Amino acid sequence: MPPAEHFAAAPNWEWWILGYFFFGGLSGGSYAIGTLLRLVGAPADQRAARIAFITSFLALVPCPIFLTLDLGQPTRFINMLFDASSGGLAFKPWSPMSLGSWALLGFGLFSFVSFVGAVAESGWHAADPIARILRGTFGAAWSIIGTGLGFFVCGYTGVLLSVSNQPVWSDGWPLGGVFLASSLTGAVALLLLLARSRRDVDAGTAVRLELADRNFAILEIVLIAVFLVTVAIAGTIGKMAGVWLLLWVVVFAGLAAPFALSRVDAARRWAPVTAPLLGLLSVLALRALVIFSAQS
Amino acid sequence: MAVFQERPMGFFTDTSICIGCKACEVACKEWNELEGNKPELLLDSFDNTGQLDAQNWRHVEFIEQIPDNNGVVMTPTPIAGGQAWLMMSDVCKHCQNASCLEVCPTNAIVRTEYDSVLIQQDVCNGCRDCISACPYGVIGFNEKTGTAHKCTLCYDRLQNGMQPACAKACPTDSIKFGYLDDLQVAADKRLAALQTAGYKKAQLYGRDATVYGGLNAFFLLMDTPEVYKLPNAQNATLPSRNNLAGYAGGFFTAVVGLVAGVLAFRSQRMNEKS
Repeated sequence: MPPAEHFAAAPNWEWWILGYFFFGGLSGGSYAIGTLLRLVGAPADQRAARIAFITSFLALVPCPIFLTLDLGQPTRFINMLFDASSGGLAFKPWSPMSLGSWALLGFGLFSFVSFVGAVAESGWHAADPIARILRGTFGAAWSIIGTGLGFFVCGYTGVLLSVSNQPVWSDGWPLGGVFLASSLTGAVALLLLLARSRRDVDAGTAVRLELADRNFAILEIVLIAVFLVTVAIAGTIGKMAGVWLLLWVVVFAGLAAPFALSRVDAARRWAPVTAPLLGLLSVLALRALVIFSAQS
Repeated sequence: MAVFQERPMGFFTDTSICIGCKACEVACKEWNELEGNKPELLLDSFDNTGQLDAQNWRHVEFIEQIPDNNGVVMTPTPIAGGQAWLMMSDVCKHCQNASCLEVCPTNAIVRTEYDSVLIQQDVCNGCRDCISACPYGVIGFNEKTGTAHKCTLCYDRLQNGMQPACAKACPTDSIKFGYLDDLQVAADKRLAALQTAGYKKAQLYGRDATVYGGLNAFFLLMDTPEVYKLPNAQNATLPSRNNLAGYAGGFFTAVVGLVAGVLAFRSQRMNEKS
């Protein structure tokens, strides 16, 4: 198969987009982890679930700001949702950016309500009615739907890149899955980081989070491998070599850390935040190298 | 004042008679009030425009393929099948299946009554998704307006019965403007004439539906599309080709991720039960 030829110009999506991809991924991933802990975790995991829901919303807050600031006409951000020429809704299911705008709006609602519920459970009694509503079957359904939207926010950013005619991006259809898996590893890393800074999180929860971290890391490594194969087949893998290899080192260091630091005795002397910090850097580095290398 | 019918219109750019004078570039900039980029010495042939972008809606490409002949000067000078020094006035192709129109999230990019592809400046919010999608690198981002820009096929002139400025200015009629079906007939005749004259590599690009469903601005090329930095039929793919696979991959990952999470978080419950 001859290599793909690209003559497209770069869209110059840079730091704001990197920030959005990073925080959006952490937000969606944290919501999913919160739901998992709430629905299938042990009672001792519920504190960590609350932290996950709170983290999800706090990570989501900068996302629309970053996206708006990246626009050439920030005051027209609303055109993503409403068609300024026809007055109707701007909803194009085949355009990932359009679909993502609506998903972000929907996820924002779910994340906010779950955030309020989690804050209420943490002692803010003014919001107790919402916390009560979120208990039981309705709460479970709410979390599951929110998780679906959160997953979409994590993964559509990769699909958005691949639905283009840019080198690397359009050559690698698995990007959506790669970003989603990376969001899960990042969210667990963030939760571990926060859990270790608090005394009220059960030690067993941290152990289970570490296990989840390793599971998600394996998933991410497999998907990165598939992504690299697709890009190699297209003949554009060279775009991610050279100076970008430094970022690959960070990516794989972050993915290897949960395994290395749990097995190597010497590594146990490292600070317990080392693996989560490397994990978060890995999430950022992966997005940075995908975004910037293709446009270089 | 004569007005154009609301039928598909476009350009037929015959590169075999382009002389690289850049009158099209100048006329385009003048009519559309494009300031142009800061002049740069590109040290690349006679091209000091570089590429199509927000300030260059026409770009005359210079492609030099002078045969070396091992230093022997041949008499008469070989014309290399008309491929030695190629010039092409590049422009937005106004594709039938337009990648930019496909991805635009705000519906700022529309198809006009003349079948051209137009960016509505009052709707565009400068997200640049169209730039990411355009396979020809046609669209550019204007920092002053904060919006995406490209050739409008002189929509304002068309509405007033005037042909686009570039076609009007072209001294050799390399850029022909008209109704698409008329242009296609003219192109077929010209191609037949060239091939009869021995220019075997001469070919039409975008005349039929093999490239993006057909181009409203199509070309007669003297060499393969790749030489002109144009994707061939195999590479002319729409962004949406990755939609299904991309979302399916995401869905699969989500399911596997959930299973992986359940396995990790249920471990305590399982241990308690056992």
